[in-house]
Amino acid sequence: MRNTTGFKVFRGVTLTLLGLFTLIPLYAMVSSSLKPLADVQGTFTWWPTNLTIQPFIDMWSTVPLARYFVNSLIICTCATVASVILAIIAAFAVSRFRFRGRGVFTTTVLSTQMFPGILFLLPLFIIFVNINSATGIQLVGSYFGLILTYLTFSLPFSVWMLVGYFDSIPKELDEAAMVDGCGPLGALWRVVLPAARPGVIAVAIYSFMTAWGEVLFASVMTTDENRTLAVGLRQYSTYQNVYWNQIMAASLVVSIPVVIGFLLVQRHFVAGMTAGAVK
Amino acid sequence: MSASAIREDDQATTALRSKVTTTKKKKKARRPSPRRSRWLPYLLLLPAVIMELLIHIVPMLVGIWMSFIKLTKIYIANWSAAPWAGFQNYAIAVDFDASIGAALLQSFFVTAAFSLLALGISWGLGMAAAVALQQPFRGRGLVRTIFLVPYALPAYAGILTWNFMLQRDTGLVNHVLVDNLHLTGDRPFWLLGGNAFASIVTVAVWRLWPFAFLSLMAGLQSIPSDLYEAAAVDGAGNLRQWRHITLPSLRPVNLVLILVLFLWTFNDFNTPYVLFGNGQPAGGDLISFHIYNASFLTWNFGIGSAMSVLLLLFLFVVTAAYLLITRERNTTPKAASKPAPKAPARTEDSHA
Repeated sequence: MRNTTGFKVFRGVTLTLLGLFTLIPLYAMVSSSLKPLADVQGTFTWWPTNLTIQPFIDMWSTVPLARYFVNSLIICTCATVASVILAIIAAFAVSRFRFRGRGVFTTTVLSTQMFPGILFLLPLFIIFVNINSATGIQLVGSYFGLILTYLTFSLPFSVWMLVGYFDSIPKELDEAAMVDGCGPLGALWRVVLPAARPGVIAVAIYSFMTAWGEVLFASVMTTDENRTLAVGLRQYSTYQNVYWNQIMAASLVVSIPVVIGFLLVQRHFVAGMTAGAVK
Repeated sequence: MSASAIREDDQATTALRSKVTTTKKKKKARRPSPRRSRWLPYLLLLPAVIMELLIHIVPMLVGIWMSFIKLTKIYIANWSAAPWAGFQNYAIAVDFDASIGAALLQSFFVTAAFSLLALGISWGLGMAAAVALQQPFRGRGLVRTIFLVPYALPAYAGILTWNFMLQRDTGLVNHVLVDNLHLTGDRPFWLLGGNAFASIVTVAVWRLWPFAFLSLMAGLQSIPSDLYEAAAVDGAGNLRQWRHITLPSLRPVNLVLILVLFLWTFNDFNTPYVLFGNGQPAGGDLISFHIYNASFLTWNFGIGSAMSVLLLLFLFVVTAAYLLITRERNTTPKAASKPAPKAPARTEDSHA
């Protein structure tokens, strides 16, 4: 493509409009988080006249935000670690072995992405409730239930991306390692994984993001014990008041870790997607 | 790294020693290998398969079974006692003359319109941005990063912000429309009634288009630049190049992207749930949200499951048809990916 005048105009217009569309909500979020409550209850103002960081202080006491934060952190970290490990092992099998049912596995796993979440939300809820009444193992309202659920959400796409990554690593490398006495798992650990590290990091961040932003299952499977941020943030709207400034402050704070993580690995993300799509 | 070092070391040693070591290794590797290598891949897949079965496949089958029983509030903790319902739940769900069925049908049409619009706009914006950023220029990395932020934000954080912006009296949207631009006299409600449809499409597009952009950008990187150079030599302008090189080259990406966007938007729960909360405006009553409310308001999981199964069947049929149609086109000879050599030297879409 050439940088003709026509193209430059197209580029300028497109990028300006999309930039505004993207940035205005982000600006509304940041600027409103710096306003006192009275200012967000009146007509919207573009420029905050009474700048304050009070919302960032009050938000921890209006709602037990710290507890939700810790809950989310525990659940998402455990789900991510488990999901990445399972994805690595499965992707290694798909990438390095030719076996019957290989295609069926990838298709089935990917097609679970297609199911409406609502379809297995109701049964899963009932199954968890019944497991609880039969064995006493509490799954609704516990970390464990959500960890189990979340780790499977990112699994299909993680496997898909990692297969692409692993395929791009020459097989000769791990064959050499196996000749030198490594088992297949040794080759995975010592040769394939170090070479695929950016892919693994991208997949880990993707898994964490998926779990961190999940709303549907969190809204049903959490009680006061394990409430995550996704549901907890709703509690800033009470019958008396909607603390919009604190909601925006809290949204900002809970977003920062995942946004930074994602932006840091976006390159590998793109590479992983191409690797997966090229197959 | 250590592997290659050892290999060099091997080659450097005497023939005798290397012979001994290789036979030793062969022995060690060969003994368990035939059986192990046959079962090993399955063993490696097992954990992932078990989790998928446990959380996706089994609940799905249970869900299908649930749609055939009268699973009301009384039986939720003791479902084996729930009486068999046959197709009764389905009959209620598709009785479009009664209120439950009529509401479901209405929700289905809203969802279909929402899904097509959100998918089309997201794809268009993603394509425009990806093409605009195809050539390097100063600040390209920054622009790309900014565009990706809405996708990286946790769903609820972005949607809550939009919820705030769409508030009637205190929101940014009405401030712009009414106070800054004076477009309407009185402040419209954006989260109630029919306007809710425009709101939910906007919010969904805001969150989704970066994903289309990311996928298309990844796809663009794999198009060799000499294709464009050859086309330029042949006199093809930018628009022609886009139609005859970019678009055909992106076909594999588009096939997956469009299907994924369709399924995501059709199953979208987060956007209506966070945007509307306990309200259920007609314009924003997407089907997942509708089934969720129908199930948890009445605690009638039997009907809710029947509705979910119908949704799954619909998505299954659409996906299968989509894959069949696109595969059929794949097998027919491809259209030439290069512009016709006889193209006029300069078309109007080329440059000044």
